[in-house]
This record gives sequence, C-alpha cells and structure tokens, in this order.
Amino acid sequence: MSTGLWLRLLDGLLVTLELTVFGAAIGLVFAFAAGLARLSPNRVLRGVALAYTEGFRGLPALVVLFWLVFALPGLGLQLEPLFAGVLALSLNIGAYGAEVVRGAVVSVPTAQLEAATALNFTPWQRMRLVVLPQALVAMVPPFGNLLVELLKATALVSLVYLQDLTFQGQIVRAATGDTAATFAGLLVGYGVIALVLTRLVKLVERRAAASLGHTTRPRAVEGAR
Amino acid sequence: MTAELIAFDRVGKRFGDAVVLDDLSFGVGAGERVTLIGPSGSGKTTILRMLMTLTRPDSGTITVAGEPLFHEKRGDALVPAGEQHLRAMRRHTTMVFQQYNLFPNMRVLRNVTEAPVHVLGLSADEAEERARGLLDMVGLADRLDAYPSQLSGGQQQRVAIARALAMRPDVLLLDEVTSALDPELAAEVLDVLRDVARTFDVTMLCVTHAMKFARDVSDRVLMFNEGRIIESAPPDELFDAPKHDRTRQFLRSVIEES
Amino acid sequence: MTFDWQAAWGAAPALLRGLATALQAAALGYVIALVLGLGFALLRRSGRRWVRLPVAFFVEFVRSTPLLVQLFFLFFVLPTVGIELSAMATGAIGLGVHYATYTSEVYRAGIDGVPAGQWEAAKALSLSRGRTWTRVVLPQAVPRVVPALGNYAIALFKDTPQLTVITIAEVLSVVKAVGSQNFQYLELITVAGVLYLITALVIAWPVRVLERRYRRESA
Repeated sequence: MSTGLWLRLLDGLLVTLELTVFGAAIGLVFAFAAGLARLSPNRVLRGVALAYTEGFRGLPALVVLFWLVFALPGLGLQLEPLFAGVLALSLNIGAYGAEVVRGAVVSVPTAQLEAATALNFTPWQRMRLVVLPQALVAMVPPFGNLLVELLKATALVSLVYLQDLTFQGQIVRAATGDTAATFAGLLVGYGVIALVLTRLVKLVERRAAASLGHTTRPRAVEGAR
Repeated sequence: MTAELIAFDRVGKRFGDAVVLDDLSFGVGAGERVTLIGPSGSGKTTILRMLMTLTRPDSGTITVAGEPLFHEKRGDALVPAGEQHLRAMRRHTTMVFQQYNLFPNMRVLRNVTEAPVHVLGLSADEAEERARGLLDMVGLADRLDAYPSQLSGGQQQRVAIARALAMRPDVLLLDEVTSALDPELAAEVLDVLRDVARTFDVTMLCVTHAMKFARDVSDRVLMFNEGRIIESAPPDELFDAPKHDRTRQFLRSVIEES
Repeated sequence: MTFDWQAAWGAAPALLRGLATALQAAALGYVIALVLGLGFALLRRSGRRWVRLPVAFFVEFVRSTPLLVQLFFLFFVLPTVGIELSAMATGAIGLGVHYATYTSEVYRAGIDGVPAGQWEAAKALSLSRGRTWTRVVLPQAVPRVVPALGNYAIALFKDTPQLTVITIAEVLSVVKAVGSQNFQYLELITVAGVLYLITALVIAWPVRVLERRYRRESA
C-alpha cells in the first residue's frame, strides 16, 4: 500500500475524530438542555423537550443526516457538510443523552433535597450545589456507552461523501482491490479507537467516583441504550 | 405559658385514609426543649417535617415567631405562602435527619460551610472559622477533609449536627437522629447533643426513642397517639408517674426493647 | 421553493414497499439477535476460559465497531470465501449479529438478577444443569428483560436504512431511486422520516406498556 493511501486513511481518521469530539460536545449541550427541560415545572419547555427526545429517538440517524444534506437545500439552505454531519450526529446522541441526564437527576435521593431545604438553599442552589454534582457522577458510565455509539454512527457520514475513515477505506479498497483486508483493517481501527475512548471514560469515572470519596465504581444509571 | 415561639392551631394532616395529625394544637416556648414520644405513625415526625416546610398541613395554621408558616398576608387576606415567604421562615429553623443526609459530593468541612456561605452570605473565612469551631465541638476536628462515605454513621451524624448549628437556628429539629445507629455510636451522638443543649440557647424539638436522653435534656415531654397529644408533662413526671394507660403501655414496650 | 404534496403522495406507494422490505429485514435480524444473544450470554458464563474469552472478545469487538462497515464486510467478503447469500440474508445476519451483542448483555443482566438462592435450591433438589437452566433460571430471567429486549427491536429497526449500501430496496434506496429521476429529495426524505417515526412509535408502544407494567410490579 502506497504512502498516499496511508495518508488518506490518516486524513479520514482525523475527520472521524473531529466528528466524534464535536458531536459529543454539541450532543452534551442538547442532552443537558433537553434533560433538564424534561424536569422543568414549565409545561411548554417540558413538551418541547419531550418532542425532541421522542422524535430523535424514533428517527434513524442516517435519515436525519440525509435530510440535512439532501432535503434542506430544497428549502434554500445549504449546510457546510462537516457541520451537517456534526449536527445530525449530535441531535441523535443528544436525545439519548437527555434520558441519561434526566435519569441521573431523578436518581439523586429526595433526602438530599430535603437536607438542602433544611439549610434554606434556594431551588437553583439545591440543583447546582447538591443535585447536579451527584447526578454528574452517575452520568459518566452511560455517557461513555453513548460516546462509543457516537463513534460508530460517524461512519454514516461516508454515505453523504464526507471523507471520514470509512470513506477513505472505500478509496483504499478500490485502489488496492483487497476487500477483505481493507474492511477488516477498518473494523480493527474503529475497535481500537473505541477501546481508547472506553479507557478515557474509565479514568473520568474514577475521578468522578473520587469526588464522592469512593474508590470503587459509583452506582450506574439506566437510560443509555 | 410565656410568648410562644412555635404554635400549632388545630392542624390536621392525612395521608390517604390514615389520619396523621388530628386537629392538633400545642405550643413551644422560646428556648424550650421538647421531646416528642409515642408509637411510630403517631405523627411526631410529621410535626418536625411541617416545621421544616417539607410537608404541608391539610388544615389549621402553624405559627413561628408570630408569623404564619404556610400563609402570607397579601393585602388583608392570608394566601398560601410562596417560595419567598417559605425561605424567610426557614431562616428560623433547621433539622437533623435520621439518615444524616450529608452531601456526599462535599468533604466534611464544606458540608458545614456551604450553607453559611451561600445562604447566610458569610465570607469563606468566617464560615470556615465557624465550621472548625463546631466540628471541634462534635469531636471531628481531625476529619475535616474526609468525605461522608469515609465516616461511620455516628461521625456523619455529628457532622450533620455541626452543619445544622452553623446556621445559628432559633429552632433545632432532631428527627430520630440515633435510630439508624448502633448503640455505641448512638451514645456518642447523644453526648454531643447533651453538650449542644448545655451550651446553645436554641429551642429544640426532638423525636427520639432514647428515653434517658429525653429525661436528661428536655423541659417537657409530649406523648403522641394517633395524631393527638394524650399527655404532656416534665420528663420526671411523665416517665415516673404517667397518667394515661397508653403512655404506661408505651413506656413499658420501650424499656422492654432496650 | 415549497413543499410539493403531489410529489410526496405519488411516491408514497413505493416508499411503503420499501418500508415493508425494511420491516422484513428487521424481523429476520431481530430473531437472529434474540437467539444468538442468548447463546452469547450462556457461552460467556462457560466454565472454560477458551470458550468464555473469545466470545467476550467477539461480542465487545462487534459492539464497538460500526454496523455500516460490518455490512460492507459481510456483503463483499463472504462471496470471496465461497459463501453466496442473498442481500436480504446478508442484511439480516449483519443486523442480527450486531444486535446479538446488545441482547447478550441484556440476558446477562437478567441471569445475574436471579437470586443465588434459586441456584442453591435447584442444587438441593439435584436438578441437572440443563434442567436448572431451562426450568429454573431462564424462566425467571427472561420475562424481566423483555422490555429491554424490546428497546433493541426499535434500535435495530432504526438501523435498517443502512441496508441501502448492500442493495436492499428499503426506504432510503427507494428515496434515492425516485429522487434520481425527479430530484424532489425534500419531499421524499421528509415523508421517509415520517414513516420511520410512525413505525418506531408503533413498535415502541407495546414496549412502553410492558416497561410500565414491570415497573409497577417491581415497585
């Protein structure tokens, strides 16, 4: 395999990592906005958040991606391809993340809220100082699972001609004609990235557990698929 | 009775079919130490939870320091209190819970400084000085950097007492604070509370099964049954010469247990 | 430019045929996922390391790599080693194996949830290993995990658009075929999205009912 092809794969790897990192960052914003809105006393906010989470958990990520790339221009709006990719992925992962956020906040015992009330914290202080720091710890493991799901979903962008790892893999396959080795290599590549991500999440998990004085894993939360 | 700090006037509360408080009226004077005893489900804890605004009564009024707790004046009318009024009223009161309820995400010192800083507006230094003094008093000066999960139940409860006192409350509510503890750990908590009773000029309402402690610290004991007070007397009188059959029966069962 | 309802309506029959194909692939894949996942779960509890470890590695590997690339691999590589399968069979196997790695975790959690006392009781009654599994453990483990398994039916269905890359005539393939003639991608993809959403909600409905029932029972 020529150096040019290796460089192509490297380029693809960078695009895949970009999609994963930006997708995760924006996905987190969607997840917190929608997850906290689901718990809001405001009915309109709750309704919008519910429509978002139910809607995007019912829509295939690939269809959302196709819509942003191929349908939106029909409404006169052409998105930057990489931006469209990040948006589609983060809308999708954010809907699942919202359930994680909601589940983690709800899992903080009521007794903690009562103790915060007994110390006369305001409702927002109760959330910020007592509930969220504990909920965050419970969110880390399911967020780790979602991060791997996000990595896997980035491969979809190759179908809208974004030059990610999978796209470049196809080029390599065409150039070398070695189908089995190329796809096997791609799978191993993704497997290794996933492994690295999982290790990083474990580190964060341990840090998070330490913030509650634990040396072992904290309790996990349902909600991630 | 002198000017009452706390007054219950015909307070009623039901949970489903169960009547928890039945048209209950009583008062507590400023600085008084009152112990609430009685079988479980007789409404003692509900009274503390109401004073802490964690549970609302169905009927009747509760007054703290001359102001209605769950109602506020709007013009001439009394309307159900909003969060603002409740926050103002909560300044008088704080509570220590059966399960300690320390914040697991904060170390011991911060558990005690957090509310003084964020609620009372103390500077970090002032709050820390106050917290160090209180943690020293409860015997935990050497565990300031520990997380609650690293402490025994008795130690956690002593931190919880320091955390409550750091708010300089007028009223301290103690809800079965030793019920979750082994006898040995319970004893260390009760010793701290005896100290508190001696050194702080604070009104105390205490739900407990620790009868010796109740006798030592309280001015008055209220015996509850089925949402009513059936007997109210100074501890020596109530424990040594109970007037009511139900009280005698209850005291016998408590002694049997311990 | 505005939304052309006429075009959307005209494409509806073709899109529905695509949806039927997608559902067929999803159903086949789901059956494979349910059976194979249980197999994985049981093998991962094997007493023999040389069984347990390779299965664990395979499950972790498949679960952490993209379905899309797995589909390419199956579609292009299997024929080169003499395994000639239809596109539908390849798609069902791809979906099935991928989701078996998820269902195996669900089964595992269910099996771990059966109290140790049940195993001990079976031992005390001298039940054989097979009987303990089929009469005692699995009947308790499986019903509890039905809602979680149902959630993967929805997830699996939502991955069927990827089958377009292995020439299966599911909804997105129809969109591309029709769109290449009339270029009305806006209408086509929007209607396709609505179809997916409705179908996913219909599949989700019994799952949510079961979830609520189990939650009430365990409360």
